[in-house]
Amino acid sequence: MSLVDRVRALLGEDAVDVAATRDGVPRVAPGSPDAVALLLGTAREEGWRVRVEGAGTWLPADAPADLALTTRRLDKVPAIEPQDLSATAEAGIGCDLLRQQLADRGTWLALDPPGLAGRTLGSVVATATAGPLRQGFGPVRDHLLGVTFVTGDGRLVQSGGRVMKNVAGYDLTRLAAGGFGAFGVIVLVHLRLRALPRADQTLVLEGSREDLAQVAEDIAAAAVQPAAHELMSPALARRERWMLAVRFAGSAALVSAEEAALRAATGGRFTALRADEAHALWMRAAESFATRPVTFRVGGLPDSSDELIDLLQHQVGDEWVSASPGIGAIRWGGETTVDRLRRLRRTLAGLEVPLTLERAPWPARAAVGHFGAYREGVGPLVAGLRRTFDPGEAFVVAVEGTE
Amino acid sequence: MTGGSLAAALSEIVGARHVRTALPERVTYARDGLPTHRHVPGVVVLPGSRDEVVAVVRLLAALGVPFVPRGAGTGLSGGALADDDAVLLVLTRLNRILAIDPKNRLAVVEPGVVNVRLSAAAAPHGLLYSPDPSSQTACTIGGNVAENSGGPHCLKYGVTANHVLSLEVVLADGRIVQLGSPGGEPWGPDLVGLFVGSEGNFGIATRISVRLLPVPRAIRTLLADFSALRTAGEAVSAVIASGIVPAALEMMDQSCINAVEDSVYAAGYPRDAAAVLLLELDGGREEAVAADAETIAGILRAHGARSVLSAADAKQRERLWQGRKKAFGAMGRLSRDLVVQDAVVPRSALPDVLEAIGRIAAAYGLTVSNVFHAGDGNLHPNISFDGRVPGLKARVDQASGEIMAVCIAAGGTITGEHGIGLDKLRYMPLLFDGDALAAMRAVRRVFDPDERVNPGKVVPVHACREWSGLRIADRGLRIEERGRSLAQSAIDNPQSAIAPRGAR
Repeated sequence: MSLVDRVRALLGEDAVDVAATRDGVPRVAPGSPDAVALLLGTAREEGWRVRVEGAGTWLPADAPADLALTTRRLDKVPAIEPQDLSATAEAGIGCDLLRQQLADRGTWLALDPPGLAGRTLGSVVATATAGPLRQGFGPVRDHLLGVTFVTGDGRLVQSGGRVMKNVAGYDLTRLAAGGFGAFGVIVLVHLRLRALPRADQTLVLEGSREDLAQVAEDIAAAAVQPAAHELMSPALARRERWMLAVRFAGSAALVSAEEAALRAATGGRFTALRADEAHALWMRAAESFATRPVTFRVGGLPDSSDELIDLLQHQVGDEWVSASPGIGAIRWGGETTVDRLRRLRRTLAGLEVPLTLERAPWPARAAVGHFGAYREGVGPLVAGLRRTFDPGEAFVVAVEGTE
Repeated sequence: MTGGSLAAALSEIVGARHVRTALPERVTYARDGLPTHRHVPGVVVLPGSRDEVVAVVRLLAALGVPFVPRGAGTGLSGGALADDDAVLLVLTRLNRILAIDPKNRLAVVEPGVVNVRLSAAAAPHGLLYSPDPSSQTACTIGGNVAENSGGPHCLKYGVTANHVLSLEVVLADGRIVQLGSPGGEPWGPDLVGLFVGSEGNFGIATRISVRLLPVPRAIRTLLADFSALRTAGEAVSAVIASGIVPAALEMMDQSCINAVEDSVYAAGYPRDAAAVLLLELDGGREEAVAADAETIAGILRAHGARSVLSAADAKQRERLWQGRKKAFGAMGRLSRDLVVQDAVVPRSALPDVLEAIGRIAAAYGLTVSNVFHAGDGNLHPNISFDGRVPGLKARVDQASGEIMAVCIAAGGTITGEHGIGLDKLRYMPLLFDGDALAAMRAVRRVFDPDERVNPGKVVPVHACREWSGLRIADRGLRIEERGRSLAQSAIDNPQSAIAPRGAR
């Protein structure tokens, strides 16, 4: 029996779309977490190599595999609890649809990941791609109460829960979030929400990078506490010069007081945007990263942000850069080569700064790896964890490169 | 190797005065903050540096001796207890604050640094370390990392896991690994996140880098009192839904209020209240915090608060908080023994769960006092009893089990900040199925293949489903390799008396 026939027998006729992918890999869309487990259990037995896809708008769907497992049919939102500020959503729901459903219930997921609006929740969690709101609300992992994932040999593993604090057992949620699918397919996510902010204000300032870096320091020194505080390259901001965008979100009293503090600390140089202008700015910046062939993030110390952008400029250019100087996080997008990426990662590792390759065509991912140049002793642990969760090496994930 | 020769070998590493072998000395380490578990360790060793930790761990690895890392011993799960066949490795001498970096708002510490000492050291820079367990005047940062400790102010600022940037860890075999990066971005998969809260099973953190936060410039502390526990629980949900996140939102019931008011920590809580809520709002802007406090006070009144008191000054604020922070100590006055519980439920379930706990207490004829982090839904129902009364401890255990079952049925979990340790092992299968438990065990064995670090804690091994990640063939091979290595070591060093575990 062929692979397609076998899968159809397992999951039903409509679960398989043979002609859907560009490279002719059959695409399978299980309709439930149990179906994902059944499929991967069979893949383990048969030795099938599996690539995992969401909406196909972030990581290119180009890894060589026997089948493509898409989470698209896992698009339900079983629970939104405004009183608890929590929600449970399946991994294949688009972030735009989820955001709308949450807003209808007065709640908000304080994440603004890069990529197109329809990117799936599972993709954001698996790759831990936070956006500018990480300044005020933390990285992706801080928004997760628990996840359920399916391992490479078809086991459904539940981690965490749906309550605000939970130290029962080891925190496997942390492993799944940002594991790039190396440890399992995330099928269900329990989210920590916030109340929809009563006030949401974005202010911007254009200038030279040098000037704006000083302004960013002034903001930090004045203990202004923005929700986002992002330095954007001209191409990203679609302006002539670099832009510093500051966003405040919360109660009206909080936003008003923080805005006043920002103006006092910077001599009133910032311009407030209208709500539609602010929405367009943040959305365009997020979407721009999905239009570049390569995206990576680096995480340094706040006081090294400027030097790190210099380094990026020197080694790979700085046309598409978005940086949170308050926390030392930088995202880069553009075109570059495998050799340059490898050299940059080595240079950064010498500065104790990790480079995580977020997206690139498969040949570059395979060569460079999402991760690499680990610190002392980490490589064997990662390898051991991969063997634990994917003993048959079913998942086609470029965890480390080939260097 | 005999106990005596093991102690001699340990003494060579750390000095004889830092090895405890006499029974009266070892007995002082037989309990943690939870009085219901007692295990006397075989040997207690107190290394004074990272290098000494490595040397001790390597010695124990060569001998196949299990060991248990321990901080100040203030934990509430029986997690830092060692049996007679194990070594208790106490880290309180590694107590240096290695660096405070105000510009990048971080600190690097050794594991034995006492929690409150770090905030004191950061204060001159206008910074603080946010996680504030009630035991913060005694507990250590290393213990906080092991347990992923919380505290009242975690509602707004997060638990320990949200504040740890990177770790230097000594694994069970003595290898050193560097997890995370100085800025906090994971280096590869989030192994820092995985390590925090692993209750010592994955190794010993010898160097911990944590995030510091600015000391809030404005604070408002409110005390709201209620004539019914249910009303107070409903008010919690109303506050949370407002969109204003308090720094802390704590609840105490009448039994707890009276215990505090009868103690030296009397805070002026109204004795006739069925419950009080202690709330704190903080931030960088006086006008914003004042306005938000007004809004919250209005919500509390609208949801049944008889009165809302705002602390007039720092002294009154401190007094209100001291009553809360010393509540566990005050409850010690109620009776000879105390079971401290720790469960979390969805916040909207608080009113129903509190009533259910009251019914369980009544059915078993027990005194249950509630003092807890209401904003997180993190309950601490505490059962006061006299363990000398025949049959009473069994009733307490039954009632505890029923309380846990109620919390799980409400969609909750069995521990929010105290950890599993020994105390909650029996409840783990109620929460996780065999696959999830087996996955946890398999992960643990990536870090500690022999399961020698803090054995018998966190994961009830009997409940694990068979996991292909636990490869019997691999394990057999590895044991053979170790056997060969030990044999070679004995040949190289005939004076060393290497013997397998249990031969001491």
